[in-house]
Amino acid sequence: MASVLETQKLCKSFGALTVAENIDFRLEPGARHALIGPNGAGKTTFVNMLTGRIAPSSGRILLGGEDITKAHQAARVRRGLGRTFQVTTLFRSLPVLDNVALAIAERHGVAVRMWKPASKHSAIADEAMQLLATLGLADDARTPVHDLPYGRQRLVEIAIALGLKPKVLLLDEPAAGVPSQDSGRILEVLGTLPGGIAILIIEHDMDLVFRFAQRITVLVQGQVLVEGTPEQIAADRRVRAVYLGEATHA
Amino acid sequence: MSGYTSDPRIRWTEWLPWLAALAFFFTLPEYLSLGARILIYILFALSLDLILGYAGIITLGHSAFFGLGAYTAGVLSAKYGLTDPFLQLLAAAASAALLGLATGAVILRTKALTLLMLTLAITSILLEVANKATWLTGGADGLSGVTMAPILGLFKFDLFGKTAFIYCLIALFIGWLFVRRLIYSPFGAMLTGIRENTVRMHAVGAPVYWRLVLVYTISATMAGIAGALLTQVNQFVGLNVLGLEPSGDLLVMLILGGVGRLYGAFVGPVVYLVAQDYLAKQYPEYWYFGIGVLLIVVVLFARGGILGLVDRWLAFLRPRSSARASAR
Repeated sequence: MASVLETQKLCKSFGALTVAENIDFRLEPGARHALIGPNGAGKTTFVNMLTGRIAPSSGRILLGGEDITKAHQAARVRRGLGRTFQVTTLFRSLPVLDNVALAIAERHGVAVRMWKPASKHSAIADEAMQLLATLGLADDARTPVHDLPYGRQRLVEIAIALGLKPKVLLLDEPAAGVPSQDSGRILEVLGTLPGGIAILIIEHDMDLVFRFAQRITVLVQGQVLVEGTPEQIAADRRVRAVYLGEATHA
Repeated sequence: MSGYTSDPRIRWTEWLPWLAALAFFFTLPEYLSLGARILIYILFALSLDLILGYAGIITLGHSAFFGLGAYTAGVLSAKYGLTDPFLQLLAAAASAALLGLATGAVILRTKALTLLMLTLAITSILLEVANKATWLTGGADGLSGVTMAPILGLFKFDLFGKTAFIYCLIALFIGWLFVRRLIYSPFGAMLTGIRENTVRMHAVGAPVYWRLVLVYTISATMAGIAGALLTQVNQFVGLNVLGLEPSGDLLVMLILGGVGRLYGAFVGPVVYLVAQDYLAKQYPEYWYFGIGVLLIVVVLFARGGILGLVDRWLAFLRPRSSARASAR
């Protein structure tokens, strides 16, 4: 089967520092794939290359078989590449509903309509409301984001990405900074995401990774060390040596 | 506030400025020329609020469009004999829109201080051009000999400024309806998104740069119309419509009134220009000092401008209806 997202010999160096070296990576349709690695392994750089925030030094990125290596960030989003941010990146003073509606409006191409009031575009608001309901955020729809507890803000982060109806969803540490009693809620939400979306999750929380992912890629010093099922990764001696052995929460 | 959760209907308080303007027209006929100037500056401030308050574009060069509009109308009348007010407005709008598009496309790739300096540079360049091109603009002496045909062939600009006042009031009303529509539309919500978080806006697939160029051009067009109105009302254009000073004055007006709340653009110019008029009569040498004190007081004690202060008083007076106030 064709991959929905693929990188071929992706490299990135800043001067003499190489942060990504010949990364060959494939994400299958509907995948639940995790990217792990010790701090400084180049996970964030890799994600930023995928989303178009930074340009690779060499190599190719394919989305649905199309070369998007040179495509602008927004163009990639319109082709179905959604993402969440490691540090919440929201419209903080806007209500939760508007946070999601802005994404949905972009997808429907109504974001530059100038005449009819936004609140009369009921298709947008309705879709946003439905999405919030599935994530258990319906009661917060009119609350400004900055008044929400952090765990809920992380859910809004996911809601915005889902509003884009992505084919591929990159989750950059969705549980980062969330108190442990709330990270269960996030895992629960991740479990309910539509099966058709291919998901790549970057996460430090090993518990979450091993419960969620069906495949795991381990990145070390900008290179793919190994890829496999959670069982294979857990049993791999090299992984234990360079990564799990060092991690305190493994 | 704009957005997908807000009620776009016009509230009764929003009619107050218009009632006040009409009351002013009938009760204070000797101040109509000041009144017309205030109306023009409100339109100018609205155009600034659209890019600064809603889209978050920071600028010290908005006078470039105001000045270009003013000179376009003036030159067309004084040098080319085009005296129809509407054609002048149209020409001023078109030239300001072109300048907005051309300069916006270049400078909106930058942000913060770089952007601020570039906007300032553009209006300073125009000021110097207007100063040197005396054959066209009259240079430092200003451009006189601006004449105006009657509006629609019917209403002559009279000595007492009655026609001018109503003319400006109608222009402002149309401008207000337009901006209000815009900020309550998905476009307005999208601009707020850019101001709130540009990174996120990119990540939901918005071509942020083009959107900024678009709103910048719209705002420039409005500023150009405001400039042309000033020329038509004064029947004169001076260099003081270009450069840092009018841009800075405008920014002070908007900050006084309150940025990003539509009606701050109404309150600010009224307070500023009335204070200026009063202070200039009482203390001709020190009036800027009074304006400075006013600005310091507002910035220190009334964040969100005068309207921000009013909001807080209302919330204080009606603690139980705070839920309604916050749903605004």
